[in-house]
Amino acid sequence: MLDDKDRIFRNLYGQGDFGLEGARKRGAWDGTKAILEKGRDGIINEMKASGQRGRGGAGFPTGLKWSFMPKQSDGRPQYLVINADESEPGTCKDREIMRHDPHLLIEGCLIASFAMGAKACFIYVRGEFIRERERLQAAVDQAYEAKLIGKNNVHGWDFDLVVHHGAGAYICGEETALLESLEGKKGQPRLKPPFPANMGLYGCPTTVNNVETIAQVPDIMRRGAAWFSGIGRQNNTGTKLYCISGHVERPCNVEEAMGTPLREILESHAGGVRGGWDNLLAVIPGGSSMPLVPASMCGDLKMDFDGLAAVKSALGTAAIIVMDKSTDIIRAMARISYFYKHESCGQCTPCREGMGWMWRVLTRMAEGRAHKKEIDMLFEVTKQIEGHTICAFGDGAAWPVQGLLRHFRPEIERRIDQYAANPHPEPVRVAAE
Amino acid sequence: MSVRRLAPAEVQPKEFSFTAENLAWAKQQIAKYPDGRQASAVIPLLWRAQEQAGGWTSQKAIEYIADLLGMAYIRVLEVATFYTMFLLQPVGKKAHVQVCGTTPCMLRGSDDLFRVCRKRIHHDPFHVSADGDFSWEEVECLGACVNAPMVLIGSDTYEDLTPESFEKVLDGIASGKPVKPGPQIDRQMSAPIGGASTLKTAKA
Repeated sequence: MLDDKDRIFRNLYGQGDFGLEGARKRGAWDGTKAILEKGRDGIINEMKASGQRGRGGAGFPTGLKWSFMPKQSDGRPQYLVINADESEPGTCKDREIMRHDPHLLIEGCLIASFAMGAKACFIYVRGEFIRERERLQAAVDQAYEAKLIGKNNVHGWDFDLVVHHGAGAYICGEETALLESLEGKKGQPRLKPPFPANMGLYGCPTTVNNVETIAQVPDIMRRGAAWFSGIGRQNNTGTKLYCISGHVERPCNVEEAMGTPLREILESHAGGVRGGWDNLLAVIPGGSSMPLVPASMCGDLKMDFDGLAAVKSALGTAAIIVMDKSTDIIRAMARISYFYKHESCGQCTPCREGMGWMWRVLTRMAEGRAHKKEIDMLFEVTKQIEGHTICAFGDGAAWPVQGLLRHFRPEIERRIDQYAANPHPEPVRVAAE
Repeated sequence: MSVRRLAPAEVQPKEFSFTAENLAWAKQQIAKYPDGRQASAVIPLLWRAQEQAGGWTSQKAIEYIADLLGMAYIRVLEVATFYTMFLLQPVGKKAHVQVCGTTPCMLRGSDDLFRVCRKRIHHDPFHVSADGDFSWEEVECLGACVNAPMVLIGSDTYEDLTPESFEKVLDGIASGKPVKPGPQIDRQMSAPIGGASTLKTAKA
């Protein structure tokens, strides 16, 4: 288990004061000026050396992302935008940072903005996080008042921080949709290129980072890249907030080292799977967009980017949704399909039409009211959605269905057989709807 | 995505304008964005308008915000219909209950919460209860999955619910003595039930 002294989020559960005083006691805002004195390249090189990969889902190396921003401004302002539109089902880690340790995020925003030459930063908080937004705004006000940020602040880098919010659209977690929304439009993703580092918010160079990514930055800078990269394993360094939900005895958020085995995380923090390890049916390891992993592959599963790629899934946001043997797995995945149907922005046809189609077919399959040939048809449809849309939403909605078909095909067939074996007044429909 | 339309003309109010306090607040918000980018403030302003109007967004409110920001009506209408937190028809006077039904909550028993809503408020979502006080809807993941199942009422979340504790939450709102938001069981926020397994050596 990770030692308490190696944890970054020491007020994860709100046991202490979220405000400036409490944050300072926990080490925030300590030596921030000395960090900025390392210079832009110094900070970016330290981030590269730490090996930190983005915590928002895609896992892109943070230092590398920052280095894409123009070194010399062409006259346009540069922006940092923080993606706090945490909406991936199963994920609730950024919420804890914003309401319990907001100063780590604010300090991280300052350091990251300095490293990228940004004078302004916007934090886009999902609309439903109303109390969290109020907390964050209170902490930002404290930081302004203490002259930690703002014009003529003690750190010598003029810097404005704006807390912005959305109004309930999952798609705004996609970085270009988020930028559209921040500009006051519908949150529909943009075609890339141009990438945000060249043409982002208001047509200016912009970098979008996740809350957890940025909130880890001050500690990485203070304790050094070697400390961070010493936790976990190569390409999968540092600590990570895991959200454990579903069928465990004690669901919780917890910060652990990257690469901690799934079983250890569940048993040492969440009280284990309900009814014991043998009662496990499957887990969704990284938020609802990631393919599920059946119990047979969970035995020695390591919770990091490479560990999950080895079982054809992904770390995503590290939200572990646990399902025990009482779960109706087809219905559970049909509900996820409904989520994607509801949240599709409607811009690309494969996604807009495909989401509803997948949901309807899966709903029938959950009842067994389907034909076996439709299983292959469903798989083919997921393949036609995946990779054929502007953003990764289509992929993220296709993967969980693919995961279900890959691992639970016999269960679907069993249910179809069971339905067919019993007389029904209505004929079984075929997927053409 | 789903089709979302404005409420029928007969329930639309005749006019909308911000209170003096909200107007001052709105001007502060607009000033946070660069010159000429005042459209960025559209979501925060619409949200404030919805709060002022008793929980739903009318056509007049949309037009008022558009005028305030110098935007075309259609642009603000697009925003109001795209983002699902803008409720386009009247809701319960005391509370509009948003129950999360996405898989993590479903696994922990959100089906039972829907049963309570159907029994107590109205059989169908988006319908106001007979006394006019409550309405409900099923929403997608609200981001409190380790505290599932949960609901959002107004600005507050009520977490770790059972049908019984959910009824108590609703009773509290009905009687004007709301229970404390947050986990409805003995639990420190998102720490494991029974006490945290970590951060024991850390000083608060």
